[in-house]
Amino acid sequence: MTHIDEQAAEADRYLEYQAIDTGYRAVRWHEKTLYEQSRPGSTNAILPPVEPGIVALVGDVAAALPAAARRARPPEMPELSEPEILRHYIRCSQMTYGYDSGNSMGLGTCTMKYSPRINEQLAASPKVKALHPLQPEETIQGILEIMYGMRNWLCELGGMDEVTFQPRGGGHGAFTDACMIRAYHHARGDDHRDEIITCAVSHPCNPATASAAGFKVISLYPDEITGELGIDALKAAISDRTAGIMMTAPYDTGVFDSQIAEYARLVHEAGGVVSLDQANFNGVMTRMRAGDLGADMVHFNLHKTFSTPHGSYGPGAGAVAVKKAFRDFLPVPVVEFDGTKYRLNSDLPHTIGKVGTFMGMVPNVVKAYAWVLSMGADGLREASEWAVINNNYLIKKLLEVRGVEISWPNRRKLQEARFSLAKLHDETGVSTTDFNYRLADFGVQTYFESHVPRIVDEPVTPEPTESISKEDVDQFVAAFHHISAEAYSNAEIVKTAPHRSIVHREIHDYENLTQVPFTWRVWKRTHPDG
Amino acid sequence: MSARLVHRYIPNTAPGVRERMLAEIGVASVDEIYEEIPAALRFAGRLDLQAEPRSEADVARELTSILAKNRSTDELLSFLGAGCWPHYAPALVAEVMGRSEFLTAYGGIEVNDHGRFLAVFEYQSMMGDLLEMDVVAAAVYDGTTASGDAIHMASRITGRKELVLPRLMDPDRLSALLNYNGPWFDTVFVDFDPATGQMDLADLAAKVSDRTAAVFLENPTYLGTIETQVQEISRLAHAAGALLIANVNPASLGVLAPPGQYDADIACGDGQPLGLPMSCGGARLGVLACKNEVRFVHTLPMTMVGILPTTVPGERAYTWHALFDRIFYGEREAARSFSGTSSFLNAIGAGVYMALLGPSGMAELGRSNMQKAAYAAARIGALKGVKAPVFAGPHFNEFVVDFAGTGKSAAQVNAALLERGILSGKDVSGEFPALGAASLFCITENHTQSEIDRLVDAIAQVTR
Amino acid sequence: MSELSGGAEASRRSGAAPARPGGGAPTPARRRIGLIVNPLAGIGGRVGLKGSDGAETVARAFALGAVPMAGARAAETLRALAGAAAGTANGTAADARRGHSAAIELATYPGEMGADVAREAGFDPVVLGSIEAGATTGADTRRAAEALHAWGAELLVFAGGDGTARDVFAAVGGSVPVVGIPAGVKIHSGVFAVNPRRAAELVAEFLAGRAGLEDREVMDIDEELFRAGTVAARLFGYMRMPYARALVQGAKAGNPGGPSTLRDVAFGVLDEIDRDPGAYWILGPGTTVKAVADELGIEKTLLGVDLLHRGRLVAADVNESQLLAFLARKPESVRARLVVTVIGGQGYLFGRGNQQLSPAVIRAIGKAGLVVAATLDKLHALGGPLLVDTGDAECDAYLSGHIKVITGEADRVIWRVTA
Repeated sequence: MTHIDEQAAEADRYLEYQAIDTGYRAVRWHEKTLYEQSRPGSTNAILPPVEPGIVALVGDVAAALPAAARRARPPEMPELSEPEILRHYIRCSQMTYGYDSGNSMGLGTCTMKYSPRINEQLAASPKVKALHPLQPEETIQGILEIMYGMRNWLCELGGMDEVTFQPRGGGHGAFTDACMIRAYHHARGDDHRDEIITCAVSHPCNPATASAAGFKVISLYPDEITGELGIDALKAAISDRTAGIMMTAPYDTGVFDSQIAEYARLVHEAGGVVSLDQANFNGVMTRMRAGDLGADMVHFNLHKTFSTPHGSYGPGAGAVAVKKAFRDFLPVPVVEFDGTKYRLNSDLPHTIGKVGTFMGMVPNVVKAYAWVLSMGADGLREASEWAVINNNYLIKKLLEVRGVEISWPNRRKLQEARFSLAKLHDETGVSTTDFNYRLADFGVQTYFESHVPRIVDEPVTPEPTESISKEDVDQFVAAFHHISAEAYSNAEIVKTAPHRSIVHREIHDYENLTQVPFTWRVWKRTHPDG
Repeated sequence: MSARLVHRYIPNTAPGVRERMLAEIGVASVDEIYEEIPAALRFAGRLDLQAEPRSEADVARELTSILAKNRSTDELLSFLGAGCWPHYAPALVAEVMGRSEFLTAYGGIEVNDHGRFLAVFEYQSMMGDLLEMDVVAAAVYDGTTASGDAIHMASRITGRKELVLPRLMDPDRLSALLNYNGPWFDTVFVDFDPATGQMDLADLAAKVSDRTAAVFLENPTYLGTIETQVQEISRLAHAAGALLIANVNPASLGVLAPPGQYDADIACGDGQPLGLPMSCGGARLGVLACKNEVRFVHTLPMTMVGILPTTVPGERAYTWHALFDRIFYGEREAARSFSGTSSFLNAIGAGVYMALLGPSGMAELGRSNMQKAAYAAARIGALKGVKAPVFAGPHFNEFVVDFAGTGKSAAQVNAALLERGILSGKDVSGEFPALGAASLFCITENHTQSEIDRLVDAIAQVTR
Repeated sequence: MSELSGGAEASRRSGAAPARPGGGAPTPARRRIGLIVNPLAGIGGRVGLKGSDGAETVARAFALGAVPMAGARAAETLRALAGAAAGTANGTAADARRGHSAAIELATYPGEMGADVAREAGFDPVVLGSIEAGATTGADTRRAAEALHAWGAELLVFAGGDGTARDVFAAVGGSVPVVGIPAGVKIHSGVFAVNPRRAAELVAEFLAGRAGLEDREVMDIDEELFRAGTVAARLFGYMRMPYARALVQGAKAGNPGGPSTLRDVAFGVLDEIDRDPGAYWILGPGTTVKAVADELGIEKTLLGVDLLHRGRLVAADVNESQLLAFLARKPESVRARLVVTVIGGQGYLFGRGNQQLSPAVIRAIGKAGLVVAATLDKLHALGGPLLVDTGDAECDAYLSGHIKVITGEADRVIWRVTA
């Protein structure tokens, strides 16, 4: 046996161990809400007391408020002791599927990867947590150095000249781009330019933010065969009202549009601005740069590519990088370095002002900085290669599953792909939603179906990043084989899944959302008996 | 072949794996796949970025030495607020937010993320109790985005185009709102009473009309004053058929009238004071709430976690709903909001905080902030040449100090205090010149009497 | 306090079943569904004939070995429906008897017009009317539709083709919502589901109260002309059909359709009209274009072409020569613009149901003068490009390529157009 064969045999033994667990049972506490466990009168002395000297001088200031301005009734919040509260949240966390809990490769477009714990500990330092954003610059040189360092790296990776960290997330980053485009044309007296072109296989935040910024949105759909937008289609969209284009590369479908540089050129020729959404940067780090494509501005998601944790759905952070010509429009402040000191500059002549408060999501920038340091350019390149290799390995294996097809089968995919269970659905009646519920029964994270618009039927969009092992992919594929076989022989079990998860599937039994309780106070009113 | 990079964060870099997987895919090298990128766009140069990965120990050492150049509010006594406040952050909040599952979860569904949704539902519920409002969104990016969302909702619901904003507002917030709402609204500003810092009701009455979509009220205001006329403002807005949007500080709601008490239609704010350390402005929690009516709930542009039945009778699913598109009530003036990864971990943390404090703790929190701030204002105001608080009337935990009588500018006072290890209040003299050499000081429950006394003594010294 | 997992007992104790505000749930009343099968629909197709109208064609078809398929299609739908009610993938007859008969009261016409397949699928249908077995005609379809409507059907399910749809429409107009099960050769009408299984899903959604209702075209092609090689499709009118209103699940946003979206599209068109107020605005047929007129407060011919100038209706229901006369008479400086939408289930922009908009008219207006409007749902449902068939190959080529479609107030998409 060769060295490779030996290792392969070893890996196969590991595969057995990691193979789908038909004995899986989710951790399940029948945990009531804090309200149901409340014991009136419980208090926790958390806050420092008010010193007698203070009371002596000012009295009970709150009681002196006029009645109309004072709270009339105490809030009906739960009352528990500290250990009871902790137990409750520990149990809740045990009934949550974190990245660290298992195999999260199913969540495509989310770029789930390991969030290194050293970065969490570094960002938890009082030297980060106990800083106020309005502190004098000389007292926060460390933070400014990190932000400037991250700025340099993003400029390098994106082929750009300046960066802002003010956006709170990717959508916010796209919105920042849209505002800058608006300001750019306004400064040139071109307010009639009110159309932004975008594409349907990028995040819905692209059209949504363009619209929020006041633009009309023209969406291009990928060609059925090539998966690309096409020059002709773009030309039909371009007019003298074109303000700009929001492109994505690669698309959520994993296709890299081969004509993307030409689109940028055509939009520039028509007087528009080119913005690139690099939410999908994970597959192409060091392999391509937004600036080389012709982008004037680009946004990255620090909680995707750059490893900061997803936090149960935030906080994330967006970073927007721009070419020199657009520096003046950036939200302020930007971080500058004069050779000795770092400073905050809020004097950009055409700045759009603020899109969020203060400087941005500082702890996330610290974590991202530490991650880039841990990876180095070689590590980033390696990570992207693995995102691509893992995904292509997944494609090869998943297409062996009965009933599974892939969109745009003639195109090679990079970091992710959109599969379709339409065939399986037609032949068995099992939908992608049913399939997904059943996946939860094997302890594998459920997958992301698709963004709107759903141009692929019964979609499945996984994304095995570089943190995912071959065994994880094998496990995911094994689960698909198993569930597919169930669909074709005993569809019932899939259509009524899940059976071994924390709860069963929800029922949408309402006419409008006012019938759904979003707070305990509403639940109490409609369920007086509990 | 040269030795390949093996990295601790990339499992498949173990030897032999790459060859096996490439063989399975059917390519000799990953470069074949990268041919999808047109040759002209493939980057072939060298990046000006350190090439080798660094060890964990190295990264820790480097970051620690850079961060050491910061002087945090643990080392400097800080009285800065203005949108990011130095409250006490209980240990349990960090403990729960540090739980790996909460930290790294993302897009699970009701059957495998039951705990995450339950925790967020409880946050929504407790926030609803504080606000006295029935529908609370899970979390928006931050308070400013929440304000912008509330304003968009008002437009969609009323079909009107005018927005009444207080002139007394953080200029940075105003800038963000104009970016977000500007294209869709005509903004009308209502003045404030220069004596009290509260809204000028006569001016409000003159500015509200049948074109007004919403009256936007902040309580407490940017400069710390408490709006005592909330009932009248609510009446004026509703009489004109406009909505009332209340932007509030959740930390104040244990003592101040909550938005539900004065019939606000939409409430917004930032939940950072609820146990989230300041983090250089990077800890934000957008609070957004509204009445439980179809026209409101169906325009709420964010996810909400609700309770639904499951296929098993008696079983509860906690699950989220999202209404990203503009639907049902599409009016001509309507615009879209964009949502996305927002602030759920912070919402869970705030939930822990609210649970720890309970109703009595929240009342104590509000009272403590008010008393300590009042104490500071009284003592500072007693100093020669110093006017504090500039506004008459009640304040929450911030107030304006005018140093004009000392002959010094706010900037000069701030610099001198910094030399004494004190971070003084925000210099707002540029934003509101009429207030003199003005600084905005923030005192919370987390300041001790001796710390406040130290501030007073220091101000006395530097203004002598 | 909380308990460890302890089985069903524990789950019952952990919370009562949520009650709908307004009281407890009474035993649900049975829902009335009407079923019509056109046994001769689609006969011609398999043996190479186009359409199956007319006794002579039918006879030829049988002689060529044709086998009726509508019944089989209807059976497929009924089985899936029985399964849906019983909570399984595909219902057996037993399921239908147990589950579905409890929920659905099915009425139909005798023998091959519905009763046979209904019983096979396990239903116990109410049988109305009478037929001559083996010799049913369009008149029987019309009588069946009338009878089922009189009986109180909430929804009419019919298996057939465009001719069948036209007959149903002739009998009951838009008074009852319908779901068509496709079983004919030529399906141009928009009232048909994609396949029998989807038809069952739509019925189930409708019964669950989760479906909206949308106007869909009833169209038919002149048979004789078609066999002679000429396509002349007529738009007869609109019937309402359930569409699955996208429910909000998890973080996945939906594509809502329905009346509010039509209004949204209308606002987008109005924006274009506002930018060119001096032009002659020609408004083509269809509900989407009618929505534009509604916003302007103008009474528009649903099935015809109207002419608008400065917000006033100048001429209604014009034909090609009237249009050409207008276009010839108008001042050089005044532009002519045309608002069109997709007509029918096949996705035709020109050539089906709007032949007044002839190649000559199109040439006079020019591609730049076109304003195309449609809901995004409609475009997606096509599953392919928009089609044109003006009768003039050069004009078709002129129109082919890509075109901007207004899909909302601030939304446009670029869609492919082909002949």
